[in-house]
Formats: sequence, structure tokens, C-alpha cells
Amino acid sequence: MSEEYINKKIIVKGATKIFGKSSGRAIQMLNEGKTKGEILKATGATVGVKQVSFDVNEGEIFVIMGLSGSGKSTLVRLLNRLIDPTMGQILLDGKDIVQMNKEQLRDVRRKKIGMVFQNFALFPHKTIVENTEYGLEIQGVSKKERNEKAIESLRLVGLAGYEDQYPKQLSGGMQQRVGLARALANNPDILLMDEAFSALDPLIRKDMQNELLQLHHDMKKTIIFITHDLDEALRIGDRIALMKDGEIVQIGSPEEILMSPSNEYVERFVEDVDLSKVLTAGHIMKKADTVKVDRGPRVALRLMQQLGISSIYVVDNANRLLGAVTAQDTVEAIESEKSLSDVIISDLPMVSPDTVLTELFDVVSTASIPVAVINEEQKLQGIIIRGALIGALSGDNKFINTDGTMDSTEQPITEVV
Amino acid sequence: MDELLPRLPFADWIDTGVDWLVDTFGTVLDGFAEVLEGIVEGSVDLLNLVPSILLAFIFALIAGVISTRKIAFFSLIGLLFIDYLGYWYPMLQMLTLVLTSVIFALVIGIPIGILSSQKAGVRKVVNPILDLMQTMPAFVYLIPAIFFFNIGVVPGVVASVIFAMPPTIRLTMLGIQQVPKDLIEATEAFGATTWQRLFKTQIPLAKPTIMAGVNQSIMLSLSMVVIASMVGAPGLGEEVYRSVTQLKTGVGVETGLSIVIVAIILDRITQYAGNRKKKLGGNTL
Repeated sequence: MSEEYINKKIIVKGATKIFGKSSGRAIQMLNEGKTKGEILKATGATVGVKQVSFDVNEGEIFVIMGLSGSGKSTLVRLLNRLIDPTMGQILLDGKDIVQMNKEQLRDVRRKKIGMVFQNFALFPHKTIVENTEYGLEIQGVSKKERNEKAIESLRLVGLAGYEDQYPKQLSGGMQQRVGLARALANNPDILLMDEAFSALDPLIRKDMQNELLQLHHDMKKTIIFITHDLDEALRIGDRIALMKDGEIVQIGSPEEILMSPSNEYVERFVEDVDLSKVLTAGHIMKKADTVKVDRGPRVALRLMQQLGISSIYVVDNANRLLGAVTAQDTVEAIESEKSLSDVIISDLPMVSPDTVLTELFDVVSTASIPVAVINEEQKLQGIIIRGALIGALSGDNKFINTDGTMDSTEQPITEVV
Repeated sequence: MDELLPRLPFADWIDTGVDWLVDTFGTVLDGFAEVLEGIVEGSVDLLNLVPSILLAFIFALIAGVISTRKIAFFSLIGLLFIDYLGYWYPMLQMLTLVLTSVIFALVIGIPIGILSSQKAGVRKVVNPILDLMQTMPAFVYLIPAIFFFNIGVVPGVVASVIFAMPPTIRLTMLGIQQVPKDLIEATEAFGATTWQRLFKTQIPLAKPTIMAGVNQSIMLSLSMVVIASMVGAPGLGEEVYRSVTQLKTGVGVETGLSIVIVAIILDRITQYAGNRKKKLGGNTL
């Protein structure tokens, strides 16, 4: 195994799937750079997946997103060869599964890759626990052992006690939990999830997403998740690959996809995203003007006058937020020879950088001074002003910090309250 | 026309072919016929050793175990009625003939059905043969059957097997093909072998449909018994045939009713066996 493969669980190189006859000519046209439409017209062959290359890191959730017909479901089936690729390499832990014979492939499917299906694909004639045992059963694991593993797996997905029911007796969300438990019972390294939550209603879907994230956190499996839902992709994906017409248009973190769409297609795809659920305080905070507490009220007042603001944040020497002072209180402090700490208002609205905007509205609308963004160590990261919040929601990139942290060279923007 | 296209002697060729088969395989076929006849007649004699009333109770008990109490009760009354009419022995003969034919039809038909569900090539060969088997007038099977097996119970069984097999093959094929694609995909994704896929998923799920085929085969086999009596197959069919040739309406109705009673019993039991699992919410597609 060469260096390249370390930490890369899956490497896909130029994977292509052409459906239909005359695939030879289609391959030739593909190499000449012809489009999917041109190839279909000339040869009658449909290009399902077109020279796709990407790699998936060990332990990450890699989301493949695209509209129906974009080839995402075909692509995920190439990974365990439910569909045989026409061309290309698919390396699993450095081994090319395209070259494997039937037995080797079966072994990979039994031990390495689990799969969860859109319509659950549970066996209606088997009970829940028998369904969960399925993967172990066909490997020839003893009844006792597979029963134990299946029950453990069902417990993980929160279905303990349902062992002897039949799939028809369970709701959609519970059926998909069984699907997940069935895939987990084999203890595979990789989970392929083909639109696993798409058939569920929105509330259940969100619960399942959260539970998947929790399971992923506990079990550290590599997950390939297929979805047509951008919100879902943004919620659970460590990285997202966006597909169109069998090609990957962009691969990147959720933020990269949102903030710097690589072309017009991605831009159109992301424009309807509810930004208030995606953007966080970190994205819209601005640099705060602060004064150190030991500088005294005169310095504070002078700073406020220079900046034309009516209040200022007070921090200690380690940049920990102590509170804020208003210009009026500062003047009184100077007159009565008090120190800054005597007039500090410590009861301030504060949020953490990963608070999403939906949760910010309330805080920002009732606050009389800009809302402070602090990290776990109470250090001031920035402030949120109303104008930036509204600007960000309108999708104006001017108000959004691309990497979720503040650009240090940026000019401080302050608001007169 | 006659000068342009001389009439090909198909009928002569077929006769010659059958003669050749009889000459070549005659001894083998005779041996097979004797074994089959021995089995059928032995079974009838064995069943006849049991007093009819006791046997009627045993049949009803079996019906009760497989299906419902209601069907068991009907079976008991029906069988006692046949006994009362005096057709017990012919009924046993017919029942044995039907069950023997059906067992043969299933033993040959289900594997063919499974095979053709898996291989498109087999399907292409099997389908036209099934069409032929089902549309060819049933009497036609009897003629070569007489050549091969003389007259008696054996040509009756053979003709019934041929006539009754197609629904089992077709519905086995259909049932397996109807198993949803995503379930097949799931078996493959978990690394099942072809055999595992077939026996752990496809056939169990196809069972209701296969049982519908079995039910149809039994019914068709029952409908063959009267025709088979023309070549000397014994049983209720023989009685019906005799009443027709002698124009005895009363006997005809009695024996006809007896056949209907047996048909209803067999039909209800097999239908119930096929649909049983649905009630558990399990075996539906």
C-alpha cells in the first residue's frame, strides 16, 4: 500500500457507467469530450456516471447530492458493484473492487460495506430481529451469536423490544431504523446510505439525521450518504459532492459549497437554502471595539467619542469579556472618580459562535447594544449587529465571513445605539 | 396449389416418431408404467383398508390442521355424503390419481418455474411450450399416452400431469419475478449467493403465488379425471363417463356432485395454505 492511501478509505478514479448497448462507441465519444446528450443521440447509450473521481477519508460523512437523474444513486451502487462500472477504478482500502472476482466481491459486501435503502427494503416475511440478522445469517454465523449481535444493533438504533414484530407493523421511521440496524449488525467499515431518509416525513427525518450523527460520532464509520435534499446534505455532511448529469460539479465542505459555488449550477442549487438555519453567529460577527478594564473611564470615553459609539465592551487582559459600559455611565464615573469596573453592565446578551441565525433573532431584537459572541473560555470573538444579520439573510456575501471566523484584517464596523 | 406445394405428411412423421419412441424406450416405459401403477393401486388399496368413516374423520382432521375448522367440518360432511351415496371406492381412486398427478406436476413444475425465473434463455423456450400444453385439446395427450403406457391409470396420470403442470410453472415464475427489485438489491448488497437469494428471499416471498399455481394445478388435474377415464383410468370419472354413455342422468348428477365436493375440499385447503401468512401481516408483497 502506498502513502497515498493512508486515511483514504475510498478512492474513485474516473468511474464511468454507460447503460445500454454500443457502449464501446459511447466510451470513445466520452473520451472525445462529448456531452451526455450528444452520446445518447448518436449511440442510444445513456451515460449514468461520467468520469467521476473523488476520495473519501476514513471516518467522514461524505454526502453525494444531486437532483433525480443526476447519477447519484448509480454512483453509490458502483461503490459496492451492485452496478458494474464500465470504466474506472474504485479502491477500497487500496484494493480495486472493479478487479475483484465474485467471491472477493461477496466478501467485501459481507464484511466491509453495509447499505441502507431509500424504501427500507426490509424482508416482509421476516421479523425485525430476523431482518437485522440477515447479513450475519448469510455469512453462516451461528443462530445464537447473530441473535445477540442483532439485538445489540437494534438497541443502538433505539428499537429494543420490537424484535418479534414484522416490518409492516412498524412506522416508516422505525422501519428505516431496522434498515440501519441491519447494516450495522455486520459491523462494516463503510455505510452506504441511498436516500435513506428521503421517504420519511420531515420531523422524523430530522430525528434520524441527529441520531445518525450521534451514531457516527460513537462508531466512527465512514458514511457515504446520498440525498437530493440540500438542507440534509448541509446538516450531516463533512464534505459534499454535488452531481449533475453524471458528473461531480463541486466537492467541498458545506460552507465552501454555500459560500463559493464553483459555477452557476451550484449557485442556483444553493440559492434557495434557508440561510438562517445554515449560517451561524461566527459567520456574521464583526470585530468588536473593546477597552481593557484597567485603562480607566477616560480612555473608554475617548475611544467612544473617536468611534462615534455610545457603548463599548470591556475586557480583561486575557481578552475575556467582562461586560460593557455606556457613554453616560462613563461620564458619571469620571465625575465621581469611580473606576470602570464600578459602572460595568455585566448582564449582556451573549451567544457562542456556532449559534445558528434562527436562534439569534430573539436575542438580537431585544438587545439594546450589539450582541457579544464569546467562546467557551469567555473570550470575546466578535459582536453581532442588526444590519449584518439582516444583510446576511438577504444572501449578501459582504456580510458573511466565508470560513465561519472573522477576517482579522477587516475594518471594525460598529453601530451607534 | 396442390402442384406447387406438395402436402407435407406431418401426421405420418409424428406417427413414425411415436412408433420409434415406443420401440426404443418400450421396456423402460413399461417398467415406469408398472411402478407407477403399483404405487397408485397400492395407495388406493391401503386407503381402502381404513374404514370409510374413520378415514373421513382423518381427512377432516388434516383439513383442520392445515386450514380452518369450518373447512374441516365441510370436508367431514362432504366425504360422509359421498360414502352414503356409495362412491367411496371410486372417490379414493380419483383422489389418488389426482394427488399423484399433482405431486408429479409440482416436482417437475416448480424447479422448471424457478429455473425460468432466473434465466431469460430458459424462459424463451419454456413459454411457448407452456402455451402449447395449455391450448392443445386434452384428448390429444391421451393418444400417445396409450401407445406408451397402454390403457389404465398410468396414461391418465401422465395426461393429467401434462395438463396440470403449466399453472404451477407459470405462477412459480411469476411469483419469483414479482419479488420487489429493492429486496433483491438488498440481498446482493449483503453478499448473498444466488442460492441464498432464491431460498431465503425469493421463494418464501413467492409462496402465496406458487400456492395459487398449486391450487390451479389441482383443479385442472381434477378436470382431467373424466377425460382420463376414456383411456381406462378408474375412479369417479369412470362413473361419470359410464353414466354419459348409458344416459343415466341420476347417476351422472350424483357422481358429478361427488367430484364437486372433492374439488371444493381440495380448493379451500390449498387456497388457505397459500394465504395463511397474510393474516400475520408477514407475507404480503
